[in-house]
Amino acid sequence: MPKNTPTEHRLSDDNAGVKIAAAQRPTASAIVDPVLECDNVDVFYGNFRAVTDVSMDFGINEITALIGPSGCGKSTLLRSLNRMNDLVDGARVTGRISFQGEDIYGPDVDAIEVRRRIGMVFQKPNPFPKSIYDNIAYGPRVTGMKPSSMDDLVEEALTKAALWDEVKDKLKQSAFGLSGGQQQRLCIARTIAVKPDIILMDEPCSALDPIATMRIEDLMVELKKDYTIVIVTHNMQQAARVADRTAFFTAHADDTTGNRTGVLVEYDTTTKIFEDPSDQRTEDYISGRFG
Amino acid sequence: MSVFAPISRQIGEGTIRGRARGGDTSPASILFLGLLWLSLLLAFAFLVTLIVTTVIEGSPRLNAMLLTEFPASRPEEAGARPAILGSMMVIGFTALMTLPLGIAAGVHLEEFSDRNNWWNRIVELNVQNLAAVPSIVYGLLTLGALSAIGVKDKNIVIAGATALSLLILPVIIIVTREALRGVPIEIRQGSLALGATPLQTLFRQTLPSAIPGIATGSILALSRALGEAAPLLILGALVFVSFDPNGLLSGYTTMPIQIFNWTGRPQDEFHILAAAASILLLVLLLAMNAIAIVIRNRYQKRW
Repeated sequence: MPKNTPTEHRLSDDNAGVKIAAAQRPTASAIVDPVLECDNVDVFYGNFRAVTDVSMDFGINEITALIGPSGCGKSTLLRSLNRMNDLVDGARVTGRISFQGEDIYGPDVDAIEVRRRIGMVFQKPNPFPKSIYDNIAYGPRVTGMKPSSMDDLVEEALTKAALWDEVKDKLKQSAFGLSGGQQQRLCIARTIAVKPDIILMDEPCSALDPIATMRIEDLMVELKKDYTIVIVTHNMQQAARVADRTAFFTAHADDTTGNRTGVLVEYDTTTKIFEDPSDQRTEDYISGRFG
Repeated sequence: MSVFAPISRQIGEGTIRGRARGGDTSPASILFLGLLWLSLLLAFAFLVTLIVTTVIEGSPRLNAMLLTEFPASRPEEAGARPAILGSMMVIGFTALMTLPLGIAAGVHLEEFSDRNNWWNRIVELNVQNLAAVPSIVYGLLTLGALSAIGVKDKNIVIAGATALSLLILPVIIIVTREALRGVPIEIRQGSLALGATPLQTLFRQTLPSAIPGIATGSILALSRALGEAAPLLILGALVFVSFDPNGLLSGYTTMPIQIFNWTGRPQDEFHILAAAASILLLVLLLAMNAIAIVIRNRYQKRW
């Protein structure tokens, strides 16, 4: 494997390694205004290091895709970005993840508030066993938002998620009556309703058919005007279609222990990653030679 | 993965059922099938015999007097009124004491405790063990505890309710945990990802979704307590009560104890009375189970 990967730096002198890594890694330098920054982030489950030394910034109002083979730690990293990993026993994060300059793992930071500002859409649509209306109104209610009109808030969220026209006549009906794609857009609308700054999406289309997938992708492009989106996807075409920037991760086996850990291989504009990747492993992956 | 899992499970069930229905026709499996049917038939025959003989024997006294009269030395004047009221009162207080405690314990173990902690694992294991302890042991435990704190008259409603609470508490904890486990993790994650606190998630999502399961299990547990006589006899429950129970410290009797008492009398008329009271108890138990089934079917959620 090539020299100067983050892992190897980690194994040598920590501080020196960080500097070299920062200088030599392709860092998608054109990010003008990063809203979320990761600096030397490691994620552990107990003693197992699932993600090693990730440093990357997420640009505001951009879609950033995290791609890579299974087990490369991209979902783990995504869940660290809004502290959803806190809910897993034994999970911990080292390094620094800052949202608008503030360390989200700082001692005075409330994880609940982090999750409100950085929302998440999951792989499988997970509507609550409630009406469509109550699914949307749930977030604003529990977070203590006092909108002048809850009806307007619900309509706005559903409209932004391109679902309003399909459900406006059945707001009081159970969300379970919707199709999979509609349910996923409902989950996106639910996330929008609490007015987050960032929306994290963990393979949001993997349970959907191609038409529903296309609608979600169109929606993401539409939503990036107002939100910053980070998406984990197994579908490389999807990353190529929607993402402004793409980060390629892979699982790297430790030379001595054989433990596999996720590392960031290459992070750049989507065009660069898919047309002219700098790293051989990225090229192998996107051309379908492994993973 | 998740897309295909439910489908393949359906296919799996279909094939297994298909095989059991008659795909396999070897003599050994036919013999085995016959034995299975025989065991079912035996169990069913016992049940039917029991119910039919009880109904035939008890029907002459299955009338309003059974509900309204107090026990008497003359069987034709006797009824089970204090026993019925006593059963209701004891079960009512049992429910009041057990449900909050058992549900809270189940919620804690399932939602908040750290499963890798050895202390929690011991608690979990012992809750399972306690559910299998014979009921009389709980009677003895209550008796001992009451003696230790110097209560002389142990034949009081609160004492009986305590013994029955101890008996069904582990069951309530277990059914609460089972019901909570049935709520998909995605629901909790979805709620938390919106910025809800763990307590909001519990009270607005997880617990409401688990209520049907908890209610069903709790009713079944209470119906078990309703049929118990042993722990109450140990506590000295009265067998001859000529007054209505009127509070926590009141003396009482319950239906199983009344039945036990009447069965032990030499006169045939009392045996008829016992049979009639048994039918009443059976009807009550069946009604409770029916309510549990209705709740389960009506509010069951399909994810």
